[in-house]
Amino acid sequence: MTCQQFVELVTAYLEGQLALEDRAAFEEHLAQCPGCDRYLAQFRTTIDLLGELPEESISVEARAELLAAFADWKRSV
Amino acid sequence: MPAMRADSDGGDRDRELVAALRAGDEQAFAALVDGWSGSMLRTARAHVPSDGIAEEVVQDTWIAVLQGLGGFRGESRLRTWVFGILVNQAKSKGARERRTVPFTSLADDGPTVDPERFQRAGEAHPGGWRSFPVEWPEESMLATEVRRVVAAALDALPARQRLVVTLRDIDGFTGREVSELLAISTGNQRVLLHRGRAVVRAHLERYLEEAQ
Repeated sequence: MTCQQFVELVTAYLEGQLALEDRAAFEEHLAQCPGCDRYLAQFRTTIDLLGELPEESISVEARAELLAAFADWKRSV
Repeated sequence: MPAMRADSDGGDRDRELVAALRAGDEQAFAALVDGWSGSMLRTARAHVPSDGIAEEVVQDTWIAVLQGLGGFRGESRLRTWVFGILVNQAKSKGARERRTVPFTSLADDGPTVDPERFQRAGEAHPGGWRSFPVEWPEESMLATEVRRVVAAALDALPARQRLVVTLRDIDGFTGREVSELLAISTGNQRVLLHRGRAVVRAHLERYLEEAQ
């Protein structure tokens, strides 16, 4: 496996979706290649940073309208 | 007897939530709206042309959820069911607004890392790094600026990649849930996820190199 092939398989690897032999080749390459080891680490960091992005929310007005709609719905059922 | 669900805890929580909503528990509804509307907004935005319309879609979805609650059978997770309604609402709105993202088209192809980074045929190690990626200083990862770079990189992704990355890495849906929600294969879902993540990584790399 080359480095150029390795970088395309990172998500499949992290998802546990590589076939057994591909996984073995991936891990063998990983153990020998500091560049790809670093690439994988940076990929994981990227995923972690994405996971830390702040939640968005709907506007205060939209939220208030929804709670009012819930009160209406409650009366109707 | 129904088959045991893999996520039986989640199933129990869903049942409690649905029971609370049916009983008219306003706090339970408010907590759901607060917890999920941000993700719903991002998902809707991939299908419609403006933030204002995306918010309308989210509102319409919650109304449809209330109206359809009697029909929720717990065959999927409550959140997956709600997002299924959302995607349908967003698609029909997007079609009316003449902007629908063609989710069924093939995933983009081509390499996710600049081929210039690798040695060519005839060089010592074809397909090997020309020079290794540079280590990212740990302290930089805590900087507010880095978060801004990640957010901007996500916003700049093509709509389908952005949506899949958002649902997977921010909202925590599973690959299977996302492929069902968007009616794409799990393989296609994974390609979009990988491409999106790789682009965000590349943005970070460029930013950190320039910052040094």
